Amino acid sequence: MEVLLNDFSPGLFIVQTILLLGLIFLMVKFAWKPILNSLNERETGIEEALAAAEKAKADMQNLQADNEKMLQEARAEREAMLKEAREIKEKMISDSKEQAKLEGDKMLKQAQTAIESEKKAAVADIKSQVAELSVAIAEKVLKEDLSNNDKQLKLVDTMLSDIKLN
Amino acid sequence: MMQVSNTIKTLLQLLILCFSLQSFAISDTEPEGVVSGKEQVDAYILHHLKDSHDFHLFSYTSDSGERKHVGFPLPVILWSSNGLVTFMSSEFHHDDNGQVIVEKNGSKFVKLHSKIYELEAGASSVSFDEEHHATNAHKVLDFSITKSVVGVLLVGLLMLLAFSSLAKQYGKKNIPTGFGRVLEPLVLYVRDEIARPNIGEKHYRRFTGYLLTVFFFIWVLNLLGLTPFGFNVTGQIAVTACLAIFTLVIYTVSGNKDYWMHILWMPGVPVFVKPILAIIELAGAFIIKPFSLLVRLFANISAGHIVVMSLIAIMFTLKESLGVAGATGLSLVLSFFITLIEVLVAFLQAYIFTALSALFIGMAVAEHDHDHEHDEAGHEVADTEDVRADFI
Repeated sequence: MEVLLNDFSPGLFIVQTILLLGLIFLMVKFAWKPILNSLNERETGIEEALAAAEKAKADMQNLQADNEKMLQEARAEREAMLKEAREIKEKMISDSKEQAKLEGDKMLKQAQTAIESEKKAAVADIKSQVAELSVAIAEKVLKEDLSNNDKQLKLVDTMLSDIKLN
Repeated sequence: MMQVSNTIKTLLQLLILCFSLQSFAISDTEPEGVVSGKEQVDAYILHHLKDSHDFHLFSYTSDSGERKHVGFPLPVILWSSNGLVTFMSSEFHHDDNGQVIVEKNGSKFVKLHSKIYELEAGASSVSFDEEHHATNAHKVLDFSITKSVVGVLLVGLLMLLAFSSLAKQYGKKNIPTGFGRVLEPLVLYVRDEIARPNIGEKHYRRFTGYLLTVFFFIWVLNLLGLTPFGFNVTGQIAVTACLAIFTLVIYTVSGNKDYWMHILWMPGVPVFVKPILAIIELAGAFIIKPFSLLVRLFANISAGHIVVMSLIAIMFTLKESLGVAGATGLSLVLSFFITLIEVLVAFLQAYIFTALSALFIGMAVAEHDHDHEHDEAGHEVADTEDVRADFI
C-alpha cells in the first residue's frame, strides 16, 4: 500500500485528467458524434428500405390478386352474356312460332266466318228470289184464265221450267 | 487480419526486446546500468514499471568501454517552492540515484527512483536514512511530459486521426473503406455489446461517447505497453485512478432519484437496517466501485509486464544452469506464449473497464417501476446489482 501510494504521482494524475478531458471532448465532437449519427441513420435507412420492400411485395400480391379477380369477373360476365343471348334467341324463335300459329288460327277463323256469312246471305237471297218468283208465278197464274184446268197445269209447268234454278 | 498483425507485432517486439536486453548483458565488466544478475533484473523490472522522465530506447557499451544510452530527453515541468521550473530531463544525465543535482530558479533538484525531489534550502547533496529514503529533500508537484504523458498524447493523436477519418468517410458514402472497415465493427461492438445492454435503450446514447473513448484509450495503451518502446501507461496508478474517477464522477452526476434512494434509504428493508445499508452502499458507490476499477486495470497490466519481463530475463538468470542456447530458447518460447496471452489481456482489461463503467452508469440511471422484480415464488430476480457481484 505504501509503495502504491509512493508510486502515485499527483502531477501525472493532473496531467492525465486534463488530457483525458480534452481527448473525450475532441473525440465526441469530431469522431463519435458523426460516426454514431451516421450509423444510426444507416440502420434506420436499412430498416425503412426493408419495410418498403416488404410493402412493395404485399402491394404486388394485392395487384395480382386484383387482376385475377378482374379476369374471373370478365370471364363470368362473358358467359352470362352468351347465355342470355342464347336464351333471347330461343325465346324469339318460340315467340314467333306461337304468333304465327295464332295469326293462322285467326285467319282461318275469319275465313270460316266469312264463308258462313256468305252462305247465309246466299240462302237468304235464294229465299227472297223464291218468294218473288212464287209471287210472280202466282200473279201470272191469276192473270190467265183459270177456268181451264188443263191450261192451268200447263202454265204451271211452263213457269216451273222458266224458273229453273239459275 | 488483426490477429496476424498482432502476432507479427508481438514477434517483432519480442525479438527487439530480447536484443535490447541482451545488449545489456554483453559486458560483465561494466557495472553501471548493465543487467545481468538476479537483483539487477528485479531492479530493472521495477524501474521499467515506473514512469520515466526520458524516452530511453536502448543502451550499449562502446568499444572504449563507455556506457551509451540511446533515446531522447523529455521536458521536465515542476511546481517547486520557487514557482514553475522547466528544463530538459537530459540535465540529469540518466542519473536515478540522487547524485546529479540540477539547480534552477534557486532550487536544487535530484532524481531518485524515477521521482524528482527538491533539496531543502542549504543542502548541497541528498542524505539518506537506513531505508534509503531521502531525509533532506521533498517531492515536488511534477507536471513533466513523462514517457506516460508521451504515450497518452500519442494514443490520443492516433485515436483522433483514425476515428475522425472514419467520421469523414461517412460524409461521402454510407459504407467505410480501408481501415475504417476494421474500426466500424469495433465501434459497433462497444455500442451494441457494452453500452446498450448495460445502460439500457433509453439512456445509452448519452454515455456512448465516453465509453468509446475510454475503451479505445485503454486498449491501445495496453497494446502500446506490449511494444518494445516500453510504455507502461495503464500500469501507472495515477492514470488508472484518473480513469476510475471519471467513471465515478459520471455515474454520481447522472444518478437519478431511484439510485440515491437505493443508496441512502434502501426501500423494502426494516428501518433499523437502512442506516447500515446506507453506509455500505455509500462505501460501495464512492470507494469500492472506483477502487475496483483502478486496481484491476493497474494490477493486471503491471503483472503482465512483470511476467513478460521476468520470462525474458530467464535468458540471463538460467544461463549458467541451462547454457546460453537452452536459456534463450526457453525464454523465447515462454515469453512468446505469455505475450500472446497479454494481447488478449490488453483487450480484456479494456473491455472489463468499459463494461463495468457502463454497468455502474446503468445502475445509476436505471428506472425502477417498483423496488425489485419478484418471480412467482417471491424470490428476487437477479438484476444489475447482483450481476455486479460477479465482477467485483
